[in-house]
Amino acid sequence: MSTRSRVRLAWPLQLPSVVLLALLLVPLGVLLLSSSTTLWTRSLSSAEFAAALRLSLWTTTLSTALAAALGTPLAWWLSRTHSTKAFVVELVVELPIIVPPAVVGVALLTTFGPQAMLGQWLTRFDVVLPFSTTAVVLAQVTVATPFFVQAAANAFRQVPDDVLDVAMTLGASPSEALWRVALPTALPGLVVGVSLAWARALGEFGATLLFAGNQPGRTQTLPLAIFSTLEQDVDRAVVFAAALALVGIALLLALRLLPRFWPRRRGPP
Amino acid sequence: MWAAQVRVRQGSLLLDVDLDIHHATTVVIGPNGSGKTTLVKALAGLLPADDARIVVDGDVWCDTSSGVDRPPSHRQVGYVPQGLALFSHLDVVDNVAFGLSTRQRRLAADERRQQAQQMLASLDIADLGALRPSALSGGQAQKVALARALLASPRLLLLDEPLAALDAIARRRTRAVVNDVLQHRHLPCVWVSHDVQDALTLDAHVVALQDGRVVQQGSVQELKDAPADDFVAAFVDVDRVATAP
Repeated sequence: MSTRSRVRLAWPLQLPSVVLLALLLVPLGVLLLSSSTTLWTRSLSSAEFAAALRLSLWTTTLSTALAAALGTPLAWWLSRTHSTKAFVVELVVELPIIVPPAVVGVALLTTFGPQAMLGQWLTRFDVVLPFSTTAVVLAQVTVATPFFVQAAANAFRQVPDDVLDVAMTLGASPSEALWRVALPTALPGLVVGVSLAWARALGEFGATLLFAGNQPGRTQTLPLAIFSTLEQDVDRAVVFAAALALVGIALLLALRLLPRFWPRRRGPP
Repeated sequence: MWAAQVRVRQGSLLLDVDLDIHHATTVVIGPNGSGKTTLVKALAGLLPADDARIVVDGDVWCDTSSGVDRPPSHRQVGYVPQGLALFSHLDVVDNVAFGLSTRQRRLAADERRQQAQQMLASLDIADLGALRPSALSGGQAQKVALARALLASPRLLLLDEPLAALDAIARRRTRAVVNDVLQHRHLPCVWVSHDVQDALTLDAHVVALQDGRVVQQGSVQELKDAPADDFVAAFVDVDRVATAP
């Protein structure tokens, strides 16, 4: 191992790192290598896996898009506001990160459930959220948005006020300066936020189970499919879990490698 | 050329100045926190003024008493802040062409880039067009920021300590380039500086600020003859401060 630092860890201090890496890598390696090719083929070609993967992919894509659309203006405001109000809002946004997903699920159920005031009001318009695909998306948006907002706010904080000032003196309106200068400058950080939110939505389990249920083809996402399959066929559940892990690894690699291949961008046509 | 009566608060500073400038170049000096950057930003319309009247070449940019307050996008200033604020996501040509893309939207992209390239060539940096700002040296970045400000056809150039980050040689070269540009374009300029050489080279009118107020103004020689305070004396390199009458 090469290091640029002159301060090197003595071997007793390297030991915790080795233990930690082993803890992270060994179960993942075992998970990925424990199934035969035949089992992989059989499990991944099942209708149950296809339905769960399809539902996971489109719901997480939609919820991530919603997280970005809803979270970007808030992230910008947080990055430019230093007040008690902004501090409180930031705490509220971070709440779903701290609160267990099961609590988020129960909270959504008690808010939009048939007994709740909001739920009863929605029923008047024939909108029943609990145990629907919409509930899957809502649960994912709730747990994933904080990850996007945090990353986006940090990215926007790196955009100096001066570049916006200059853009405005060059003829840009404030919204044009935001769109043409702040957003592109912060884009790598926003992409990180999108990736984190998407990964969190993809792994979402507790809030979805409690608020949306676990109906195959309707609300059963891939994590829920793993949970259900585990009770019937452990080997197949292992393949499902390994497949989800591979999706996560691909996402992580894309997240880390993307900035290195970031294309040189030109101005608007 | 331009006049500004500005009363604006920024943080703990209250800038309260009344300037009537008839010189091409004005060098603004003053200790840190005296209001130099605040004055430049107020002229650019980047700060909401409590009470202001700014007139450039007879054109009223701001008159709070009659409700006139042009936004920065409509003041036609060329602003180069301390950090230069080049757009990191665009290459040099697109940085320089930015003002054309907002003010002359009908102009084709190729034409905008061509004009930007010509502006770069006029500052002897035509070969930098394809680079990103992160690849530029301090002197090169300074020229790019200047090119960007100039291509937007400003009526008042605002340079906030434009040479501060440069070494002595780059500072001398860049000062000569800016001087050349100002003389050829007859462009009024407000130049925030800590270096008397800037004022001497540009034959500038010097405005000295202290705690948001103008403590003295005049030519370098006038300031040298009777500096109002220690800061002005240090700026013009006078050993002793003249005793106030």
